[in-house]
Amino acid sequence: MASAQTLFEKVWNEHVVVAETADTPAILYIDLHLIHEVTTPQAFNVLREKGLHVRRPDLTLATMDHSTPTTPVTSFKDMAVVVGENAARQVRRMQENCDAFGLELLGFDSDQRGIVHVIGPEQGATQPGKTIVCGDSHTSTHGAFGALAFGIGTTEVGHVLATQCLLQRKARTLALNIDGDLPTGVSSKDLILAIIGQIGVDGGTGHVIEYRGSAISAMDMDSRMTVCNMSIEAGARAGMIAPDDHTFEYLAGRPRVPQGTDWERAVAHWRTLKSDADAVFDKSVSIAADKLQPMVTFGTNPGMVIGVNDPVPDGGGDPSFRKALDYMQISAGKPLTNTEVDVVFVGSCTNSRLSDLQQAAAVVKGKKIAAGVRMLVVPGSQQIKKDAEAIGLDRVFTAAGAEWRESGCSMCLGMNGDTVNSGQLSVSTSNRNFEGRQGIGARTILASPMTAAASALAGRVADPRPFISQGE
Amino acid sequence: MMKPVTRIQSRTVVLPTTDIDTDQLIPARFLTTTSREGLGQFLFHDLRFDANGNADPDFALNQPAADGCGILVAGNNLGCGSSREHAPWALLDYGFKAVISTEIADIFRNNSLKNGLLPVVVDADTLQYLMQNPGISLDIDVTQATLALPDGKTIEFPIDGFARHCLTEGLDQLGYLLQHETRISSFEEARQWKP
Ligand code: SF4
Repeated sequence: MASAQTLFEKVWNEHVVVAETADTPAILYIDLHLIHEVTTPQAFNVLREKGLHVRRPDLTLATMDHSTPTTPVTSFKDMAVVVGENAARQVRRMQENCDAFGLELLGFDSDQRGIVHVIGPEQGATQPGKTIVCGDSHTSTHGAFGALAFGIGTTEVGHVLATQCLLQRKARTLALNIDGDLPTGVSSKDLILAIIGQIGVDGGTGHVIEYRGSAISAMDMDSRMTVCNMSIEAGARAGMIAPDDHTFEYLAGRPRVPQGTDWERAVAHWRTLKSDADAVFDKSVSIAADKLQPMVTFGTNPGMVIGVNDPVPDGGGDPSFRKALDYMQISAGKPLTNTEVDVVFVGSCTNSRLSDLQQAAAVVKGKKIAAGVRMLVVPGSQQIKKDAEAIGLDRVFTAAGAEWRESGCSMCLGMNGDTVNSGQLSVSTSNRNFEGRQGIGARTILASPMTAAASALAGRVADPRPFISQGE
Repeated sequence: MMKPVTRIQSRTVVLPTTDIDTDQLIPARFLTTTSREGLGQFLFHDLRFDANGNADPDFALNQPAADGCGILVAGNNLGCGSSREHAPWALLDYGFKAVISTEIADIFRNNSLKNGLLPVVVDADTLQYLMQNPGISLDIDVTQATLALPDGKTIEFPIDGFARHCLTEGLDQLGYLLQHETRISSFEEARQWKP
């Protein structure tokens, strides 16, 4: 017990209700359960069948984001017209379940609504040292605050609702050391894409990643969330970053953080949440941040990624690789920079925060997006939408010819009617370029907000750096 | 109460692709359901059917040989991507009882176990053999955690002891958690650090 511990082990140990044995997994206590409309209805059904209640409504926070429209609607009836009967029914069911079980819901008429992984931190519900789960794989986002946060399935959503606990085997640990400064025009999105390219889409399987090093210490919270968000895209169970002054400054004064002397006490505790100097990780990987360039994916998983000016590799005859290039209608040997773009999506829990929107806006400001390109900008929450409008970002985007929307998951997974048409090429700031993710037959290239914005202007995949030096 | 799963005897169908993600297993637009029933029709929907709803005759699941196969053999890193439990629900509803690969993504593997779909991880040589011999009959003994090939060769596969116990007994893990109610309450009270 006295031996050196990693950040993950410290948070894990604080939450063990019953320790794991060879025969049984640990019972782990959950401090914050985030829920949304897609992965909960079947869990509430189980609670009803078994006559159970929600054990800790006070540790449960509900929103709706996946199947909600990004155009303004005022009623469930309106919603059905926009997103379809089934999606509207799901949203209505969420409302009914939250009412029936006494849960706080930031519903579609709430100005605190947004993508579940955006509003947790924004409301201050996400805090260092907490265990946080959600029926959504990108729950790893919250690890940016030094929380142990991971995605669970619907059966487990039921477990947490009923018992506030989960059965868990302890994960292994992977240290990702990132030193050096990110060059101009290169963002944390490019960093995490480069990491996944290096370790592979299964490089983190069974592990919790801790991101550390000078590049991480220098990063603001929005950027850290982008990095942790895509941990799951490397197969990792979770991603974590030790909390520091950036973290505490971000959280200070937010609605759901401790107040007064409790805040002082909390910060003192949070400062202890870092890996001990001699803590041992199961694996470690190093990356030099100053060598990175803007990254773009060329295939159908996030590990198929290259520098924006690098040629697409040929995959050495691997049939899955060839299938991916065929689907993408991309040929090996050339960079993507002449590939024509139909759609640009700036949004998703990866890149829809204010600083992401600012980075995209700085590129398009005073310019027009290329003829024939549809650019959709979807803020991560209603709060971000308001903040962005207060500094005029909505007008920067609409003047450039882009669409400015209400918050939600939108084109990240195309459940709400915002989709890319079959065969169209999309440059997207989201996290998954899987076949059909953004719509049947949609071809997705993942990139940073700057690269996405530059591509919208150019009408083809573009290196954002020339656009940035022209700007200001 | 889940049906106990102790033994699976069935033929295999092979999808050689690596990194089959949950969006391929069941596309997001079918997730607007509020039930877990009847999702088999959407399994691999956009690979099985073209935009006009016509079945692609080349896709393995559409071939007559796939009829009645209860074991899916797939390339490395099966089930990566989202946490949607709709993926194992769809596989089970379609008639699959086990999935085999060299690596199965964490959340998908966990979701599968919770629903009585057996995830089997094998070494690269075994996977290659299974891929080269689609349609063979396998005999999986869950209690022993072994998989027998038609030639009688038996291969052990790793499975968490608790998960196996729940599978073979048909135990509901929620019931197990609820039995620990007193421990949970005393943990809540004794916590030094309360968030
Ligand atoms: S924005 Fe995309 S990845 Fe994030 S929670 Fe929504 S659907 Fe999932």
